[in-house]
Amino acid sequence: MIGAALVALLRRELALAWGRGGGPLFACAFYVGLATLLPLAEGPTPQKLAAIAPGAAFAALALSSLLSLERLFERDYDDGALDLLTLGPLPLEAVTAIKCLAQWLANGVPLALAAPVVSIALGAEPRLWLISLVASLGGGLGFTFVGGIGAALVLGARRGGLLIAVVVLPLFAPPVIFGAGAVEAFGAGLEWKPALAFLLAYSLAAAGLAPIAMAAACRNALS
Amino acid sequence: MIWRLTVDNLALARGERRLFEGLGFSLGRGEAAALTGANGAGKTSLLRAIAGLLRPEAGRVYFQDMAGDVIEAEVARSQGLHLLGHHDGLKSTRTAGEELRFWTRWLGGDAPSLAKAIDALQLDPLLALDVRKLSAGQRRRLALARLIAAPRPLWLLDEPMAPLDLGRRALFGALMQAHLDGGGMILAAVHDALPIPVRELKVGTA
Repeated sequence: MIGAALVALLRRELALAWGRGGGPLFACAFYVGLATLLPLAEGPTPQKLAAIAPGAAFAALALSSLLSLERLFERDYDDGALDLLTLGPLPLEAVTAIKCLAQWLANGVPLALAAPVVSIALGAEPRLWLISLVASLGGGLGFTFVGGIGAALVLGARRGGLLIAVVVLPLFAPPVIFGAGAVEAFGAGLEWKPALAFLLAYSLAAAGLAPIAMAAACRNALS
Repeated sequence: MIWRLTVDNLALARGERRLFEGLGFSLGRGEAAALTGANGAGKTSLLRAIAGLLRPEAGRVYFQDMAGDVIEAEVARSQGLHLLGHHDGLKSTRTAGEELRFWTRWLGGDAPSLAKAIDALQLDPLLALDVRKLSAGQRRRLALARLIAAPRPLWLLDEPMAPLDLGRRALFGALMQAHLDGGGMILAAVHDALPIPVRELKVGTA
């Protein structure tokens, strides 16, 4: 019965995440748009661009991950669904984790698939596509779970979207450092595994610990 | 399974404002109570406190099983009660059928109980429609269907009848009566009289 409820929740969350204001397509379009602005600001010198491509692509990914976070809990909070989700077979910690997982699958994964394209378009070497994809997948997981804490904390606040960005952007620093670092190190032929390991460790720790914080923040908002 | 709900010397506050204090009552199998009181007296807050969403200022809420032993509140709430309020948790962009099926699964119902609920609340023609296209009364019937689709003993209802037409009020009255006859319990915040025999519980300091 718990298994059936879990699957039902994941399917509902995926359906809602896909439908959330255009969902992943808008996020990807924003990501590509942001990456297109960069050469315009920096000047189209290929050498210059190639040097900053991995880092710039990763920073743009972090910003794009923020887009649909606002509505992760807000809609369920506003329409009373969050009340009912507390009365089901799974604890609120598991509910928030499943919501974030669905958010990552519906938003983070498409963004990660776009990441190699974006960084190569910016001038990164094509052989970096795999590391760029892996780092973006791993980083995206961390962005989603850490961002989820922000989304839960601002429930009930006005202009929650802006507040989320202010709350979570500092927390996005480690995955940006390690993610972009891993891609750059790989490109330069240096040791890249430690940075990637740190990135994945950060994301897994976030996936493990963030649900506790998200559930506490949701309970607080409901009471 | 919940056989008795007891509210003992309960005090609730919203922000700085004390809603009520010293509230106590008990509800056993087959019993229904109507919560009455002025707007803002704390009826909805009481229901939310029983559902575990609001922390009481003082006093406690507990649930007992057949033998009279206190059930762990988490377990009682995740298996034994329904909360139905103004905010019905239905997503306007999904179809009525999708929403009903999801909530049935989530609250522990199965396919036969789901079919029974669709039948009891005459939802068949609505299932393919988006929730946003439903009228207030249709939407309420969809929310009420959860009570039947996932059988749980304690129903906490907040103005359940308000948007229903006269015919559907009688229909829901019969469903409530059947629930009580089957050993269920109902606690409903209402302004109009309920179509079932109930005792009245007045909420509020005034």
